[in-house]
Amino acid sequence: MTRWLPQAYLSLVYLALYIPIAVLVVFSFNDGRTGYRWGGFSLRWYEALFNNSAMMQALWNSLWLAVSAATLSTLIGSLTALALHRYRFRGKRALRGMLFVVMMSPEIVLAISLLALFLLVGIELGYVSLLLAHVTFCLPFVVITVMARLSGFDDRLPEAARDLGATDFIMTRTVLLPVIMPALLAGWLLGFTLSLDDVVVSTFVSGPGYEILPLRIYSMVRVGLKPEVNALGTLLLVFSLLMLLMSQWILARSKR
Amino acid sequence: MMKHRRRMFRGLRQPFRTGVLVLVWGWLLALVLVPNLLVIAASFLTRDPGTFISLPVTLENYRSLMDPLYLEVFLHSLYMASVTTLVCLLIGYPFAWALSRVGKERQLLLIFLLIVPFWTNSLVRTYALKLLMATNGLINNGLMALGVIDEPMRMLYTEGAVIVGLVYLLLPFMILPLYSVFDDLRQELLLASHDLGAGRFSTFIHVVVPLTLPGILAGVMLVLLPAMGLFFVPDILGGSRNLLVGNVIKNQFLDARDWPFGAAAAILLTLAMALLLFTHRLSQRRLGEGGDL
Repeated sequence: MTRWLPQAYLSLVYLALYIPIAVLVVFSFNDGRTGYRWGGFSLRWYEALFNNSAMMQALWNSLWLAVSAATLSTLIGSLTALALHRYRFRGKRALRGMLFVVMMSPEIVLAISLLALFLLVGIELGYVSLLLAHVTFCLPFVVITVMARLSGFDDRLPEAARDLGATDFIMTRTVLLPVIMPALLAGWLLGFTLSLDDVVVSTFVSGPGYEILPLRIYSMVRVGLKPEVNALGTLLLVFSLLMLLMSQWILARSKR
Repeated sequence: MMKHRRRMFRGLRQPFRTGVLVLVWGWLLALVLVPNLLVIAASFLTRDPGTFISLPVTLENYRSLMDPLYLEVFLHSLYMASVTTLVCLLIGYPFAWALSRVGKERQLLLIFLLIVPFWTNSLVRTYALKLLMATNGLINNGLMALGVIDEPMRMLYTEGAVIVGLVYLLLPFMILPLYSVFDDLRQELLLASHDLGAGRFSTFIHVVVPLTLPGILAGVMLVLLPAMGLFFVPDILGGSRNLLVGNVIKNQFLDARDWPFGAAAAILLTLAMALLLFTHRLSQRRLGEGGDL
């Protein structure tokens, strides 16, 4: 086959993937009111965004939720990965299976099942319910990230540490932790992003007392076009891109 | 002495190990297993305005799923999800192939560019499509300025808009598993097939397709199911006539407050997932490969 055809095809698909994003970014600097026609460069939508106190509150709520959900899921997820890697125990297959099911099952099913649980147990819909839900769907991703790192790890090192008299706790802290640190950071960043972007689960388990950003955006874009969303979307894009670059950098550096 | 020491260490090891296992199992049982059992139970109960669900036990909710009104919505949703999957496969298959033939250095960059969207807000990206497809949006304005069309085409709030949105969001999930199988595909096999006298088409059908089948199945699984659940895509792009199963479930739980019926619809979706997972496992076993988790 000719050489340029595959190349051209790749470029075409990338163009299709990136044109909408590019348009969003360009139009976030548009001075025009309509949002369709270019009316000159302006930062007015960014200004409007920062002056929108409800929006800013939702942003802080979202960031706080993402930080706490990422931290908690990294903690539980990495411990799970360690247990799966090192211990033999009954129900290991079941545990892996359950994590797999969480990852594969449609988000909306997770969402309604958690809503049913929270209302039944009497957990008020708000920060706590969102946190529990977000940790749950981030968990398998952290486990996979850490397990991948552990699988390339020399098992003789912890054995040696143990032979030298280290307890499991000390061995974990001094030998394993430095090794899996890059995976922990990558897992944390992934969890943070998943939490910040989630719409489906949050729609069900959030309450009026704790409004988060994706839901605020959702209610804005359902009807018509809101130039403010262009500005917000651009900021989120830049933010996610930084997070992704950071996690790639951490993983790449650790491979050397 | 050795034996004694080993026992001593096991004693020290146990609290850590036990703690971790209790934490993980506790979390998964409380927040995955129990909630799912609740949904299953709810799907067999009766709607109640006060407590959401109440006795008696009934099959009515599943019968309502067969109601022509809802059946039509489900079939339409399945249809849109299937078209989405097919389009993703048709775009993604040659894409993954071409990607696996690029030099290693550039490949890393290209894969990075592919996962950027995965890390960016899907709501914002759906909204970006709206900017393009609106009646006085960029596509219409551009085509009219070029004189290709005289009056704006209606693109938003159509079935096509929903499918475009779903493809846009889900394409990377089709490409990545396909890329990983193409990356493992050894060129020698293609040469061997050629040397044995097979033509291009025959090699493709008898060598390439079977070898990339696990990737195809994984991709289909990762696209088809979300494509039935992503309720915000029709909400933003599709209008009220192009609903997904996800929209029905959401409406039943949050607006109509008919939990048993919503639960039954969710179970339908879960069963579809189970079926796909089962097919996937089966094919993996036949092809002698293990899964990730």
